[in-house]
Amino acid sequence: MSKKQKKTLTRIVIAAGMLVALHFIPVEGWPRFGLYFAAYLIIGYDILIKAAKGIKNGQIFDENFLMAIATVGAFALAIYERSGDYTEAAAVMLFYQVGEWFQSYAVGKSRRNISDLMDIRPDYANIEVGGKLEKVDPDEVEIGSVIVVRPGEKIPIDGIVTEGESSLNTSALTGESLPRDVKAGDEIVSGCINMTGLLKIRTVKEFGESTVSKILDLVENASSRKSRSEDFISRFARVYTPAVCIAALALALLPPLVRVFAMGLDAGWDEWIYRALTFLVISCPCALVISIPLSFFAGIGGASNAGVLVKGSNYLEALSKTKIVVFDKTGTLTQGVFEVNGIHHSELENAKLIEYAALVESSSSHPISKSLQRAYGKEVDRSRVSDIREISGNGVIAKVDGVEVAAGNDKLMQRLGIEYLSCHSVGTIIHMAIGGKYAGHIVISDVVKPTSKEAISALKSAGVQKTVMLTGDARKAAEQVAGDLGVDLVYSELLPGDKVEKVEELLESKPDNAKLAFVGDGINDAPVLRRADIGIAMGAMGSDAAIEAADIVLMDDDPMKISKALKISRKCMRIVYQNIVFAIGIKLICLALGAFGVANMWLAIFADVGVMIIAVLNAIRALFVKKL
Amino acid sequence: MKKSYKIEVDCANCANKMEEAAQKTPGVRDAVVNFMTLKMNVEFEEGHEPKSVMKQVLKNCKKVEDDCEIYI
Repeated sequence: MSKKQKKTLTRIVIAAGMLVALHFIPVEGWPRFGLYFAAYLIIGYDILIKAAKGIKNGQIFDENFLMAIATVGAFALAIYERSGDYTEAAAVMLFYQVGEWFQSYAVGKSRRNISDLMDIRPDYANIEVGGKLEKVDPDEVEIGSVIVVRPGEKIPIDGIVTEGESSLNTSALTGESLPRDVKAGDEIVSGCINMTGLLKIRTVKEFGESTVSKILDLVENASSRKSRSEDFISRFARVYTPAVCIAALALALLPPLVRVFAMGLDAGWDEWIYRALTFLVISCPCALVISIPLSFFAGIGGASNAGVLVKGSNYLEALSKTKIVVFDKTGTLTQGVFEVNGIHHSELENAKLIEYAALVESSSSHPISKSLQRAYGKEVDRSRVSDIREISGNGVIAKVDGVEVAAGNDKLMQRLGIEYLSCHSVGTIIHMAIGGKYAGHIVISDVVKPTSKEAISALKSAGVQKTVMLTGDARKAAEQVAGDLGVDLVYSELLPGDKVEKVEELLESKPDNAKLAFVGDGINDAPVLRRADIGIAMGAMGSDAAIEAADIVLMDDDPMKISKALKISRKCMRIVYQNIVFAIGIKLICLALGAFGVANMWLAIFADVGVMIIAVLNAIRALFVKKL
Repeated sequence: MKKSYKIEVDCANCANKMEEAAQKTPGVRDAVVNFMTLKMNVEFEEGHEPKSVMKQVLKNCKKVEDDCEIYI
């Protein structure tokens, strides 16, 4: 609790105590008025001062002024009527302050909650000076310096590990709870927490350019881009308060005048003025004005905790209306890494065949050869290989343990005159011949991410109507992947520029209120990320271009996060709409009841404060996104 | 030029009013007040000194909402 909040709370307690006590103490006449007015001043003096200052500065229709008029008016009516019923006026002010206090407490609390969630800002960096560690401001560390990160400390700056081994906790960045192991030579991003071992890191960026700074910057400035709902609310608030004030004035003047002149009845001034004052109490737009931005703020905070960074409430709003999701294939739905995906028609054991292939290709640095080495999994003993002949565009022939082994494509087999079985699988096919005899073939292809299929069906069940895949790959490969994953539409053999064109075509053909999201890995697709209604970059840790171009950044590269982000946005927007409808609805009902004299000031203030408290609590719900 | 300032304000509606007041201040191209993070991002027009513009912004904000602060 801040000092201000404590002070207000004390005033609330004192004033409430006085009002309760006065209820039982029989004082009459002016002393009674004096005591109630004292309680009123204790709780409301600042409102009165603010109202006076507002008038002086030409800001008439603010809530302080309204509360001041309503309560002072209620006092005046009580004096005029000689009813001695001052409780109402003092209590209205009391409840108004309770509402304000609660609001400020709740907002402060969620502010802290969210900054705790994003508690990744490193306070210092350790630099070794003359054998001793010195703590310095991360801002002062130059590129290429070596920093030391002890277990339990945050990595302050992006860099490369030069010494040491450790596990990193990346959960603050990615929402992923599994630790990541790093060793010398690995790239490392700031914001992770070093868990087990001491690491020495050579920095590759300045602090201001490091991942952690970029992310903090993004999150802190997120709600600066306001959504349509927020704009609507600020416009509404601007019109609503003056409108209600004018209505209140009309309510105070017109009916009595009509009664006197048209109907020949008693004017009943006090009754109508009371109704008008009730109007003024209801006129404060607080519940709306606070709960809508708070809902977005909580939604964005909850999302960043789940590893989904949203650059503004407007994107969260747009995301919730997503009906078309366009994917880039490589690196988004697939891992973008080539792997041995199958071994067919092998005469030998599969492992043996891979061993031969790895040995034959051992001298090559081609990605295919690398994936064979990986599949083999052991150190290649090069002394077993001799007479290596690489035939460009065909493959490699070499002697392994004195036996001639050939590994290559169809052309190589034709060239050697060996009969081979062609393959129906998609990918790169490596035929193997050992000692002049065909020994089967190995299929190497880009591997689909384990969660891609699930991610697509999760999107479908979340209400996405169309999923589209764009790729530069050959048609056959693209269509097979699309079929496996259940993607609706696939465009293959595209050049990077074609992707923008395709997205533009899709944008034109869709209805206006359906949004199109493009998901890419941020490499080469920045123009498409910009062009789409919502650009989503994934696995973007450390990729500046992607963070810049995208509207939503997924910190790890799990495609399941897309549907998660969608669900978070839906939940947030549901809460926003609930709050708008609830707050405006209750206000309108109370205004109507007040005009007909059904609602008194008590009901009005309860409607005002109660609606706000419920709306704020509802807004905070947007923070909880774990189970979505 | 864009700059970000920390602010102090109690209610969301007051933050909206500050935003409006800041936007109307000469020398300010655009201003956004973020109530949740208590920040004001101001984009200045060319050839205006941010310091003096911000003084005026603070003055104008005080007019619409007495109980506010901008840490310039």
